[in-house]
Amino acid sequence: MSDQTLSPHVFVSSVLLEPAPPPVSDRGPVRWARAHLFGSVPQVLLTLFGIWLVFAVIPPLVQFFLIDAVWEGTDRKACLPADVGHPVGACWPFIWAKINQLTYGFYPADERWRVNVVYALGAVLLLPLLIQKVPYKRLNAILFFGVYPVVAFVLLTGGNFGLKRFLLGYLGFDGLFPIGATVAGLSVAFWADFVVSSALLALGAAALARFVAGPGAGLGAARNTLSALGILGAVLLAADIDVGLQPVETRLWGGLLVTLVIAVTGITASLPFGILLALGRRSHLPLVKICSILFIEFWRGVPLITVLFFATYMLPLFLPGQLTIDGLLRAVVGVALFASAYMAEVVRGGLQAIPKGQYEGAMALGLPGSLKMRLVVLPQALKLVIPGIVNNFIGLFKDTTLVLIVSIFDLLGAMRAAFTDPNWATPTTLFTGFGFAGIVYFVFCFGMSRYSMALEKRLDRARHH
Amino acid sequence: MSDARLSDRGAVRGRRWSWTDPKLRSSVIQIALGLVLVWLAWSFYANAEANLSRLGIASGFSFLDDRAGFAISQSLIPYNENMSYGRAFLVGLLNTLLVAFLGVILATILGFLMGVARLSRNVVIKALASAYVEVTRNLPPLFQILFWYLAVLATLPSPRQSWGLGLQPIFSGIASGLSAIGLGVLATPFSGLAAAVGAPDVYVNNRGLILPRPVFGEGSGAILIAVLVALVASFVLARWARKRREATGRPFPVFWSGLALIVVLPLLAAAATGFPLHIETPELRGFNFVGGLSVMPEFVALLLALSTYTAGFIAEIVRSGILAVSKGQTEAAHSLGLRGGPTLRLVVIPQAMRVIVPPLTSQYLNLTKNSSLGVAVGYPDLFAIFAGTTLNQTGQAIEIIAMTMAVYLVISIVTSLIMGWYNKRVALVER
Amino acid sequence: MKRFLLAAAGFLSLVGAAHAGTLDDVKTRGALNCGVSQGLPGFSTPNDKNEWSGFDVDFCRAIAAAIFNDPNKVKFTPLSAKDRFTALTSGAIDVLSRNTTWTMSRDTTLGFNFAGVTYYDGQGFLVRKSLGLKGSKELDGASVCVQTGTSNELNVSDYFRANGMKYREVIAFGTLDETVKAYESGRCDVFTSDRSQLAAVRLKLTNPADHIVLPETISKEPLGPLVRHGDDQWFDLVKWTYFALLDAEELGVNQKNVDEMLSSPNPEVKRLLGTDGKYGEGIGLTADWAVRIVKATGNYGEIYDRNLGPSTPLGLERGLNNLWNKGGIQYGMPVR
Repeated sequence: MSDQTLSPHVFVSSVLLEPAPPPVSDRGPVRWARAHLFGSVPQVLLTLFGIWLVFAVIPPLVQFFLIDAVWEGTDRKACLPADVGHPVGACWPFIWAKINQLTYGFYPADERWRVNVVYALGAVLLLPLLIQKVPYKRLNAILFFGVYPVVAFVLLTGGNFGLKRFLLGYLGFDGLFPIGATVAGLSVAFWADFVVSSALLALGAAALARFVAGPGAGLGAARNTLSALGILGAVLLAADIDVGLQPVETRLWGGLLVTLVIAVTGITASLPFGILLALGRRSHLPLVKICSILFIEFWRGVPLITVLFFATYMLPLFLPGQLTIDGLLRAVVGVALFASAYMAEVVRGGLQAIPKGQYEGAMALGLPGSLKMRLVVLPQALKLVIPGIVNNFIGLFKDTTLVLIVSIFDLLGAMRAAFTDPNWATPTTLFTGFGFAGIVYFVFCFGMSRYSMALEKRLDRARHH
Repeated sequence: MSDARLSDRGAVRGRRWSWTDPKLRSSVIQIALGLVLVWLAWSFYANAEANLSRLGIASGFSFLDDRAGFAISQSLIPYNENMSYGRAFLVGLLNTLLVAFLGVILATILGFLMGVARLSRNVVIKALASAYVEVTRNLPPLFQILFWYLAVLATLPSPRQSWGLGLQPIFSGIASGLSAIGLGVLATPFSGLAAAVGAPDVYVNNRGLILPRPVFGEGSGAILIAVLVALVASFVLARWARKRREATGRPFPVFWSGLALIVVLPLLAAAATGFPLHIETPELRGFNFVGGLSVMPEFVALLLALSTYTAGFIAEIVRSGILAVSKGQTEAAHSLGLRGGPTLRLVVIPQAMRVIVPPLTSQYLNLTKNSSLGVAVGYPDLFAIFAGTTLNQTGQAIEIIAMTMAVYLVISIVTSLIMGWYNKRVALVER
Repeated sequence: MKRFLLAAAGFLSLVGAAHAGTLDDVKTRGALNCGVSQGLPGFSTPNDKNEWSGFDVDFCRAIAAAIFNDPNKVKFTPLSAKDRFTALTSGAIDVLSRNTTWTMSRDTTLGFNFAGVTYYDGQGFLVRKSLGLKGSKELDGASVCVQTGTSNELNVSDYFRANGMKYREVIAFGTLDETVKAYESGRCDVFTSDRSQLAAVRLKLTNPADHIVLPETISKEPLGPLVRHGDDQWFDLVKWTYFALLDAEELGVNQKNVDEMLSSPNPEVKRLLGTDGKYGEGIGLTADWAVRIVKATGNYGEIYDRNLGPSTPLGLERGLNNLWNKGGIQYGMPVR
């Protein structure tokens, strides 16, 4: 007998046994499949249903858009099964034939490079703004939000507006300036009017500031007024100067160009305006508060197409006869105001989420109201509601399709017009067109939503550190 | 501006008039705003007044009593072209409400299903639900309406080649399938069955969905009353059962007994009055089906597009609502022995509702407002009939657009009020 | 405060400014705003450069030529039937030249003036040949597609009622394209509209040969351009543009010979072309207004033949639209 047997606890093993592996049914892929696919009878049924659905949908789609698709051709004959001799899927030549109308509308062919430059410039400025690591964010933002709109505007319309009169001219003092005289294509009357009006406005602002805020305030007020007017003047000069581009009316614009112009202008205009409205709604001034509430609730309560209808066909009834506003501009303003009411509610949610201590802290630092909002409250509030803001942007992008109701041909409208062309009437034209337009809309909207999710995650991480 | 103001603060102190005096500043701002608003309103009014009087257009609402003269393709109330614009307005309003009401119900059901499916442990279901949500949410609603109408419903067969739905096509389908795989013997009873059920009762074609229509004969009022009585009775029953459960803990099968009430009572009433109700089946005659109830494709396209579109948003709302309920609640429910289904139904969803309801309200409102897009496919909703045809014929632009906008505003406000009341009920009551 | 009020008063003057005449507005703007249909072959269609052409389009070009001596100074606003009147009432357009039927309510309560009847038309039905219909009395039980906001929409229910027929449904679509698309996809058995429009629409269908226009004409559809109430000078200008086109045809003045005709001894021609008298000044233009019109667009007959006549795809005979002395009822008032 060895020593071992003499151990007082003979029945106890001196070595620890390795734990037995879990049963096959509870490990590895089997366990995963049990947990995620075949846990119970209903689960199995659901899984089978899901798999069936995938197979019922995806292969036919691939078949239609890629395998059976026709890629080349000049008219409908290329896509008629009777002429081709096999079942025909998507009729892509239809899209190639209409691609110019879909991207530029009726924009003159020789001038389309201008649209392309605007597209490219937008992409070049926007991409670095979106990628966090790229430096010079401030400069980039100024270029994108300040300079780019003016450049794009001049490029697309051709500039050279031929402005005739500024404030004084409208107030009935046209006689003061030499009407008709021009220097380098610019109306002397307008610019003389502008300079005189600016000087008068600055003087008025200085006087007003002196009157209400004491003698020291005059200079500052005049300086601020002048710099604001200076920016306005620069923008007007850019629009008025003859850069040698052929003017292109907005009624010639169409397709993706109109979709993007409305969306981008709407997006850039609705955020600041929405913030103003949200602040107005939380204002202590009863009149400001009531007006903001009425404005927001009105726009949120009516369908956008009634607004567009009003802006397009009825607005001139309410304006003086000689005042005409560009049709596209009216639609853009309608869409932007509509979006800003929604934006205001999102921003308000963010403002409400900021603890009172932040306001009090800012006040304790002696920051006046506007600085308190700009430096302390808004940055935090906006960060909180980024997902909501981006959702509104996506909504606005989708709402651009509604201009179709008032005969402005955006991408969907141009596509719909293309459907009526008898040269391309084939059984699959509709599906091809909807497929193409759907992909374009999806890419934009889905891209925005993914970007917002990534941003949200990044900010979330920043909060935890 | 602010810099100047800051540095001047010392100099300003002591003066009676100070820009930093909040009272003065607020009254100046408000007076200025008030003046601008009054000016805007006045100039709008003055211009419109001048323009209209120059045109010699009479304003007012008397046009509502005039003969409309146009036909409307779908109406819930009796309407013909000899009736007034006021009646046409009502028809349009009801059509808007119909599509909004059904759309809200469908979207809610589909949205909740998709929202729960997105949180499913089953990866296939989860992926499918995610794909559904991404696709429907990221395509414009007008695009979806046009897609359903132009690409899907318009490609359905003509009335003569309608698809029949119902038992007969199923049986004959099975029969032909069996004989195709060489089991002709087994096929015989099925074709016999198909012949026995007769023609299908439901047809689908490019003119819409054609259904059998119940025709209420004399005395069918009793059935209606029975339905109402059954509804009230089951409501009372539910309250009683809840009280008893709270007092004694004994459950009562409310659902089944309520269902029994709702089925049995009207049946009894029908038997007592000698079955005054019969079913009118549609029949192909001439161009079209005659008889039966037809649902127009414009309506179907609008309803499908609106409800699937909104369901995508509701699914996201439901998902985030459920995620907002802390995991401890689920675990506690499990430890009480509740299974997955009851846990979701009794513990998670009721708590999630308070997060879900406010955004759900705005989705319902959006759906209602989006129903005005029906004008793009010829669905006769309020916007199409009133702000379209009626406006065109009477020229009373201001009155009509004001009425149309007011109706949508009222719908919005009423929906908000109802949902606000409901929200108060589901809100967390802190004890 | 007082200063502020003064400034406010200054602004108010901008709003209250008296409405200048339409002609002055058009001249200031440098272009005529003309409402046309959204694409109807023969009447108004844009090409792929958005250059518009057609019968209704040429009428607007004639007005622009009379004012500016340039037929291209027109901005065309495509309008659906449903939106056209609102656009004209509000001032979004100066003249509506969009095959619009002259009816009493439009001429009176809606606040418009019709300048004349540029095209005498009537309503008809377009059906598939395969239905084998012989006439519109066989339409009982049909589904009808119609464009909303047209007189056709009203006529069709009256016609069915008057003939003891019942339609299954009248589906009204917002635009012509939608209506045609619905008809073509089989949503309806019949599409009803003005016969000229049916002829134009038929050409846009995939297989025009499969469709026919039924023989009956169920209504009178006098189509013409119209303007707003309240500006008689502008109304006169549009009206006399129309008459000048007719008079030019009647007097044999056309695009080619108009320069030679300036030396014509015929007193009627002299008055029309402004070599005798200054009739053009009565409508706020110069004496040679009609010369500019005919040079730019030709006379009525030329416009008709170019856009609608037998040599065009539409192939519409002049019929009622011939001059009064050639068997039609087009009758230009004398310039005197």
